Amino acid sequence: MSRALTAFRATYGASPWQVLGMALTFGLALVAAQRVYEADSESWWRYAIWFVGAAVVHDLVLFPAYAALDRGLAGVRAALPRMAPSTVNYVRVPTVLSGLLLLVFGAAILQRGEVAFTPASGLNQDVFAGRWLLITAVLFLASGLLYLVRGRRSARTA
Amino acid sequence: MTAGKVEEPVTYGFPAPLFQAIEQKGRPPGPLFRPGLFRSPIRGPWLTSVFALVLLVGLPIVTITGLLSYAAYEPRFAENAFPRDVGPLRLPYFAWPTDPAWLYRLNQGLHVSLGLALIPVVLAKLWSVVPKLFAWPPARSLSQLLERLSLLLLVGSILFEIVTGVFNIQYDYIWKFDFYTAHYYGAWVFIGAFVVHVFLHFPTMRRSLKARSMRAELRTPVSATRPEPMDETGLVSPDPAEPTISRRGALALVGGGSLAVTVLSIGQTLGDGFRPTALLSVRGQDYGDGPNDFQVNRTAGVAGITPELVGTGYRLTLLGGPMSVTLSLADLFAMEQHTARLPLACVEGWSTVQTWTGVRLRDLMALAGVEELDRANVRSLERAGAFAQATLSDRQVRHRNSLLALQVNGADLSLDHGFPARVIVPALPGVHNTKWVDEIEFFA
Repeated sequence: MSRALTAFRATYGASPWQVLGMALTFGLALVAAQRVYEADSESWWRYAIWFVGAAVVHDLVLFPAYAALDRGLAGVRAALPRMAPSTVNYVRVPTVLSGLLLLVFGAAILQRGEVAFTPASGLNQDVFAGRWLLITAVLFLASGLLYLVRGRRSARTA
Repeated sequence: MTAGKVEEPVTYGFPAPLFQAIEQKGRPPGPLFRPGLFRSPIRGPWLTSVFALVLLVGLPIVTITGLLSYAAYEPRFAENAFPRDVGPLRLPYFAWPTDPAWLYRLNQGLHVSLGLALIPVVLAKLWSVVPKLFAWPPARSLSQLLERLSLLLLVGSILFEIVTGVFNIQYDYIWKFDFYTAHYYGAWVFIGAFVVHVFLHFPTMRRSLKARSMRAELRTPVSATRPEPMDETGLVSPDPAEPTISRRGALALVGGGSLAVTVLSIGQTLGDGFRPTALLSVRGQDYGDGPNDFQVNRTAGVAGITPELVGTGYRLTLLGGPMSVTLSLADLFAMEQHTARLPLACVEGWSTVQTWTGVRLRDLMALAGVEELDRANVRSLERAGAFAQATLSDRQVRHRNSLLALQVNGADLSLDHGFPARVIVPALPGVHNTKWVDEIEFFA
C-alpha cells in the first residue's frame, strides 16, 4: 500500500487527496459554467472573458504598474541619500490609499454608473470626483505635515 | 545559487521528459519571469499567512451571507429570485425568517461592507505570492500543473466577484451581462476553489504563523526588519533589497486601506445619522428631511407610473378567495391602520429605517375570505420591471408587522415610494417590497 502510494507521489507529484481536491474544484467550476451557459447561451463568452480577464489584468497590468511605480519612488529616494529608505512611505501611503479608493469607487468617481443610477434613485453621481480629489489632497497634506514634524528628525538620526 | 537557499533535488513527475524539456529548453515568456526580480525583504510565508488567515475568516462570511441573500428571495417560489433555475447550486430551501426585522439588513450590510473591506487584503495576499506566479519552470509535475490551473479559478473567481459586485453597487453595468447570473455562479466557482485551497494549504499557514510572533512583529521597526529565513515556499527573496517598510507597517497599510474603504461607505448601511459619512458611496447621498425623503430604488418615472394611473380610478384587487374583492384607496384607509418601524434593505448593502402605516396583509387576506395559505403573489401597476411582482411566503403574509403601507412617517407615500400602496415586510429584501401594488393573489 505504502509502496503504491510512494509510486503515485513520484509519478503525479502529490498525494491522492490533491487529485480529489482538483477534481472537486474543476468539477464544481464546470457545473457552474454549464449553468451560466444555460442561463445565457448568447453571451456566455462575456462571462468567461471577464473571469479570465480579471486575473490577467491584475497579474499583467495592475501588479506590474504599481510595482514599477513603487520602484520609481524608491529610485527617487535613492537619489536623495540624506533621506532614510523608509521616507518613501510619506508618499507611498497616501498614494496607496488614494489609488485604492479610486479602484473601489472609480465607477462613481468617473460617473460611469449615472445612466442607470439616475432613473433608479433620482440622484446623480456629480459629487464623487470632487470628494475623491479632496480626500486625496487631505491624505497627502497629512502625510506631508507628518513628515515635517517627524520625518526630518528620523532621517537625520537614521 | 545564493548561499542559504534550501537545496532540493530536482525531480520531475510523469511525463518527466516533457517537464524536463520545459525547464531546460523553454524560455520564460517575459521580463516578469527574470530570476531575482522580486526583492521585497518582507515577502515570506509568515506575512502571506497573516493575510491568508484574515481571508480565511472573512471570505466565508461574505460567501455565506451571499448565499443567504439568495435564500431571502425565496427561490422556491417561481420568478422570485435571480438567477432562476440554479439546479443543485444552492442552500437547501427554507422559509426565510421575518424576525428579527433587521435580519436582511444585517446580512447584506455584512456581505457588501465586509466584501469591500477585504479588497485590500485580497490584493495584498496576491502581492505576497506573486513570485510564485512568475516562477520558472511553471510546473515540474502534473500535480503542480493542475494546482496552478486551479489557482486561476481561485484568483479569477475572487476577482470576478469583486469586479461584478463593486461595479453593481455603483450602477455601472460595464460588463454587459446579467449581474445575478455572473455573481451567483462565480461564487460557486470560488467556493470549490477556496475550500480545496484551504484544505491543501492550511498546514503551511499554521506552521508559518507559528514560526514568528505577531507581538514581536508589531514591535519591530523598519530598521530592525530582516527577511524571513529561506524555505521551500519560494516566497522569500534570495537577494532581498534594503527594507523600506516593516511588516507591521505593511499590515497597518493594508488594514488602513480596509478602514478607509469601510469608513467612506458603511454609512449607507448604518443609515440615517451616519449616511453623510459614506462620502464615496452612491447611497450616502441625502434626499432631504421630509417624510418621503429617503433612498429610492426605482423612480416612478422609469417604472412608467404616472399620476393618472394612480388617481381616483385606482383599485386594489384581491384574488384567491371565494370571489375577487376590489378596494378603493378610501376603502383601504377605512380599514384598521397599523404602524411599524421597519427597514428597507437593498441587496446592494444600503438600508434605511422608516415608520410605515397601512393595512396588515393578514387583514387583507381575511377580507378576501382566504383561510388556508401557502403564498401570496403581489403585483404592481408597473408591468415591465424585473421586480414588478413578488411572491411572499405564508409566514411573511401573516406577520403582525407585514403591511400594505399607505403612509410613511405620517404622510402619504410619494409617487417614487409607491403611492398609493406598497408592501413592507420585516426582513424582506428591498425589491420584494413591491411598490404601486394593484393586485394581490392568495394561493392555498
